[in-house]
Amino acid sequence: MRALKTAILSAAFALGLAGAAQASEAVHIPQQSWPHSGVFGTIDKASAQRGFQIFKEVCASCHSAKLVPIRTLAGIGFSEDELKALAAGYEVQAGPNDSGEMFMRPAVPADRFPSPFPNDNAARAANNGALPPDLSLIAKARVGGEDYLYAFLTGFEDNPPEGVNLMPGMNYNKYFPGHQVGMPNILQPDGVTYADGTKATVEQQAKDVATFLTFIAEPHLDARKQMGVKVILFLLVLAGLMYASKRKLWAGLH
Amino acid sequence: MAQAHAPQFKNPVVKWIDSRLPIFTMLDHEYNQYPMPRNVNYLWAFGAIAGIMLVIMIATGLVLAMQYAANTTIAFESVERIMRDVNYGWLLRYVHANGASMFFIAVYIHMFRGLYYGSYKAPREILWILGVFILLAMMATAFMGYVLPWGQMSFWGATVITNLFSAFPIVGDPIVTWLWGGFSVDNPTLNRFFALHFLLPFVLLGLVILHTAALHVSGSNNPLGIDPKGPQDTVPFNPYVTLKDGFAVVVFLIFYAAFVFFAPNYLGHPDNYIPANPLVTPAHIVPEWYFLPFYAILRAIPDKLGGVLAMFGAIAVLAVLPWLDTSKVRSCKFRPIYRQFFWILAIDALVLGYAGAMPAEGVWLLIARIGTAYYFFHFLVLLPLLGKLERPLPLPASISEPVLKGGGRVAAGAHAKPMEKA
Repeated sequence: MRALKTAILSAAFALGLAGAAQASEAVHIPQQSWPHSGVFGTIDKASAQRGFQIFKEVCASCHSAKLVPIRTLAGIGFSEDELKALAAGYEVQAGPNDSGEMFMRPAVPADRFPSPFPNDNAARAANNGALPPDLSLIAKARVGGEDYLYAFLTGFEDNPPEGVNLMPGMNYNKYFPGHQVGMPNILQPDGVTYADGTKATVEQQAKDVATFLTFIAEPHLDARKQMGVKVILFLLVLAGLMYASKRKLWAGLH
Repeated sequence: MAQAHAPQFKNPVVKWIDSRLPIFTMLDHEYNQYPMPRNVNYLWAFGAIAGIMLVIMIATGLVLAMQYAANTTIAFESVERIMRDVNYGWLLRYVHANGASMFFIAVYIHMFRGLYYGSYKAPREILWILGVFILLAMMATAFMGYVLPWGQMSFWGATVITNLFSAFPIVGDPIVTWLWGGFSVDNPTLNRFFALHFLLPFVLLGLVILHTAALHVSGSNNPLGIDPKGPQDTVPFNPYVTLKDGFAVVVFLIFYAAFVFFAPNYLGHPDNYIPANPLVTPAHIVPEWYFLPFYAILRAIPDKLGGVLAMFGAIAVLAVLPWLDTSKVRSCKFRPIYRQFFWILAIDALVLGYAGAMPAEGVWLLIARIGTAYYFFHFLVLLPLLGKLERPLPLPASISEPVLKGGGRVAAGAHAKPMEKA
């Protein structure tokens, strides 16, 4: 009997493990260590700010983040004035005005990040038929999450392995499903100059962008974990008290 | 129940109301004095846990419904607004989304407890059948709820599942068109799924009330599967079981909170964070984990109609279980052979669940087929035969005999007046 139960438990455990691994297809995505992983992990704000710099200077020329209001960046340390100044650098469409015309106005922090293309068709037309996905939720919308993003950004190879016929305009990536991707190897050593003096290696940039994308996909990540610790501590104490009361009550029965 | 007596209320308002509408007497009978077999273990707490989950789902769902917009053009975005802009919207949504999984975990454990201890046997057949209806209502509610965020898995899951009805000859295609409200899963589908997703939990609540009413007629089963012989075999529900169940609920909430706060998307699928796109089919369309065993059965049958019938049959067979099991002995404790097969069925359900998550080809298809065959073999062949062939162990004379080794004291509160126990 006991053996059977043990077998069931270990089978369930193995299934759980395999279930987690199963979704990752054939390609193994290496795990990175992230300051925001684990129970007490929080977003590395300096890294996310550097990631935003790359997003703004590199990614955003093709990719949108249209679900994210600019004010979200307050969560990685932007002050109100900085946000206003940042927003004023973007233009958004507004209107119609009294004469019925649409017009452009400087953005405010409550606006969402403007998209580089007016619609998907325009994005495809400008990108050789490929549609650069919206990045608002990309860290949650890919198996492997931020590990995948890092692997993808560092996984380009100039010369594809033998036997792989790259279609015209496509690039080879070790981690992209199917390996052929329209996006070029965009991160170059010192491709950006970090304001805080951090050396901009490709790995550093990939890590910073992945951190930033994790943040915009889950802006309440830090608050969620901090609340979780409090909730679970409270429940543990409550459970202890209830168990002691239950023991005391039921002891009177025998 | 036999030992219940009319309570005396001191509060004049309570007295006044109770003499005209005896709701306080009813509550006192059903939740205060209700005699619970004193030997029930913690598996009996999963009914209460499932009840709490239903309340949590309705409460969070109501608030989410105030923020959600059921329209294909803005549904995905409105969910993201809840996550980003609504105060504690992320908490509400993660509590609700993970709550569905927790509800199913509680109910599946509750069901397997019933299977192990024979809780479906006379006089609890209707109680059990109501439970099967609750499971069906839960599945329909959960399925439609998963469609609402209008992500890729929402859309393609809805397409696959609604298409199942097209398997029926002649009426199949008209049924599917009628379900969709059009010729594909589109805005009318989403809109009606939202309406039904809001309605069904209240149907579920009604079924739960009936389930509890039926339970309180027959009384709770217990690990020995024998009826209580008198007050020495039972404890009053309050405070003994309220406290015990309360403790179990809190432990379950810890497990639940661990998912909500530290792995809120673990039980979901990444593709559902991609907006629905009818032109792009995901590589693997997989349902939520709690449907996987049934999904495996569906795909195990090479014929589409056969698969659909087998999938619904897997639930229907549970409804007639009280008549398939011919043994008079309830608890597995006294059925040494059935006990082994119970655990094999439990493994079979896990294996089917795993096979349901894998592509339906090669060895996984074979495993799903064997698992499906065994599932029906268990209920349709083994159970009727075992009841005739198995020789059960001798049953104890009463509950208090094995528990207390020869008759115990009556629980302190059994005859106390309800309001005197503080």
